[in-house]
Amino acid sequence: MTKTHPKNSSNSWGPHKIKLTSAWRKPDGMSLVFVLLGVIILLFISAPLLKTVVSSSPGVLWNTLLDEEVYSSILLTIYAAMIATLAGLFLGVPLAYLLARHHFWGKRLLEGLIDIPIVIPHSAVGVALLFVFGSNFLAGKVFHSVGIGFFNSVAGVVIAMMFVSLPFLIDSAREGFKAVDIRLEKVARTLGASPWRSFFGISLPLARRSIFSGSIMMWARGASEFGAVLILAYYVPFFGHYARVAPILVADRFTSFGLGYAQPVTAIVILISLIVFILLRTIAYRGEKA
Amino acid sequence: MIAIKNLKVDLGDFLLQNINLEIDSGEYFIILGPTGAGKTILLEAIAGLEPVLEGEVWIDGREVTRLSPEKRKIGIVYQDYSLFPHLSVKANIAFGLKSKKESKASIKEKVSAIAEMVGVTHLLERKPQTLSGGEQQKVALARALVTEPEVLLLDEPLSALDPETKERMQATLRELHRRVRVTIVHVTHDFEEAVALGHRVAVLNDGRIAQVGTPEEILRQPSSEFVAHFALSRNIFTGEAEEGEDGHAFIDIGGVKLRAITKLKGKVRLSLRPEDIIISKEPLHSTARNSLRGLVSDIAYRGAVVYVTVNVPPDFTCLITRQSFEELKLWRGMRVWITFKASAIHVF
Repeated sequence: MTKTHPKNSSNSWGPHKIKLTSAWRKPDGMSLVFVLLGVIILLFISAPLLKTVVSSSPGVLWNTLLDEEVYSSILLTIYAAMIATLAGLFLGVPLAYLLARHHFWGKRLLEGLIDIPIVIPHSAVGVALLFVFGSNFLAGKVFHSVGIGFFNSVAGVVIAMMFVSLPFLIDSAREGFKAVDIRLEKVARTLGASPWRSFFGISLPLARRSIFSGSIMMWARGASEFGAVLILAYYVPFFGHYARVAPILVADRFTSFGLGYAQPVTAIVILISLIVFILLRTIAYRGEKA
Repeated sequence: MIAIKNLKVDLGDFLLQNINLEIDSGEYFIILGPTGAGKTILLEAIAGLEPVLEGEVWIDGREVTRLSPEKRKIGIVYQDYSLFPHLSVKANIAFGLKSKKESKASIKEKVSAIAEMVGVTHLLERKPQTLSGGEQQKVALARALVTEPEVLLLDEPLSALDPETKERMQATLRELHRRVRVTIVHVTHDFEEAVALGHRVAVLNDGRIAQVGTPEEILRQPSSEFVAHFALSRNIFTGEAEEGEDGHAFIDIGGVKLRAITKLKGKVRLSLRPEDIIISKEPLHSTARNSLRGLVSDIAYRGAVVYVTVNVPPDFTCLITRQSFEELKLWRGMRVWITFKASAIHVF
């Protein structure tokens, strides 16, 4: 066995670890090439983000954050993505459980259907959603009758985000449930637990890690959605202000005022996304150690 | 009592069918069969965990075929114990009582009583992952028994244990069964386990029942070649043990007296592995304490090994390699000596 021990390569994607283990022996040519390629791709990811963030002084960033248009946009994004994720949990986790536990005709088809939002261009998603949730159409009419409109409203932001990000949660939750030994549920049933108690007392707690990390992915994907939101809910009333989601704000500032003006907002959006993402992942991993 | 009538379970790639069984109240019943015979499926059908296609399942005079598992008053213990990994030992045991919405005081009392009985009181605060196989096994038993089920289903409960723990757990199971008087249905592929524990045995093969009877009946009159082959893997005898000198005992198994190492007296069962018996043409001069003369009555080839039955009487099944079989030039009716150590005999 030489350098890239499977344990190292799967748990840590930082190149330094590989170097550490290869320090024991002379690294072979292939590992060197792979490390080099890895460094290139990591630079490709981190350099633009880093450059954007460090190009503004902290003072400029702070002032940008105090700009009402900016902070209400960020709050709207965080809030709408959160509502979308909660709705996804409520509606998607049961489906994920069914998919993990049952075999039925057309299951493959159904699993494919769930992943479709990933492959459809997101502007097309926006148009398609408008066709169903617009006030003149099917579901739109039903919701409209109880006072919920989707066109240019927070609800519209939420459903656009939800549509494109659901697969991440459902797929992750499904794998989480699959990893729970079905015998645990069977034992629970023989011990007098109803299907409900077996689900909430055994399956759900044991799959919580996958569901949580799926939620993070869903939230992150939703928060970064541009195309679908642009069409369905470009500019929405949000707690007394009008706001656009952060990705749209960044694009607007760039197309209207140019690179220099878009840069501080972009830096803020990147920073906040990173902070929230890292925070959530830390919570998820801390649970893993316990 | 459990009654199973014309049971049929279809899993698509596996079919369990024509299952008819009557298991008495308080009986220790064994379902014996090789891997893939459908033992676990039969057990889960009794538990209501597998949908039944045809037939009926009755528990204590009540038809439960379509009843959901939580209403059947059964407990189950799987081979890998299936303890809830996110709950402490205490919470694992209490799970069933909480499902039944018992009062906190009653739960506490029952949990400590059953923990005491199976000997896991000192483990109550631990998480299942930190326990040994034997300990997990006891917790799984406690968890199933605390709800006072009418039927306890055991799915290969001893297979994952090392031989020593296995033997101790057999004793524990016998003891538990004596004290709790629950009907036990125990699934295993180990004939010795079946003999050691079971009042009666059902031999299952390829989704059908091949034979039902006491362990002795199955040994003496195997109804098919399959059952016979299964029984071949062990020499099992019953006999009268009397004390001999220096820790040895003499066990009379009907005409033949064997020397064994045991403290048990009176009516005992004993088993002897076929591979522990040496066959020779002349009496062997060795330290082995048992040497008997008999006639080769049957020869069964199984690949690189050969099962040779030697009639003393009774019949002893011996396992030798193809090579020594050819060196000995054995033939049916040939007079041979069989030799085995006193310590090779397992008395129970």
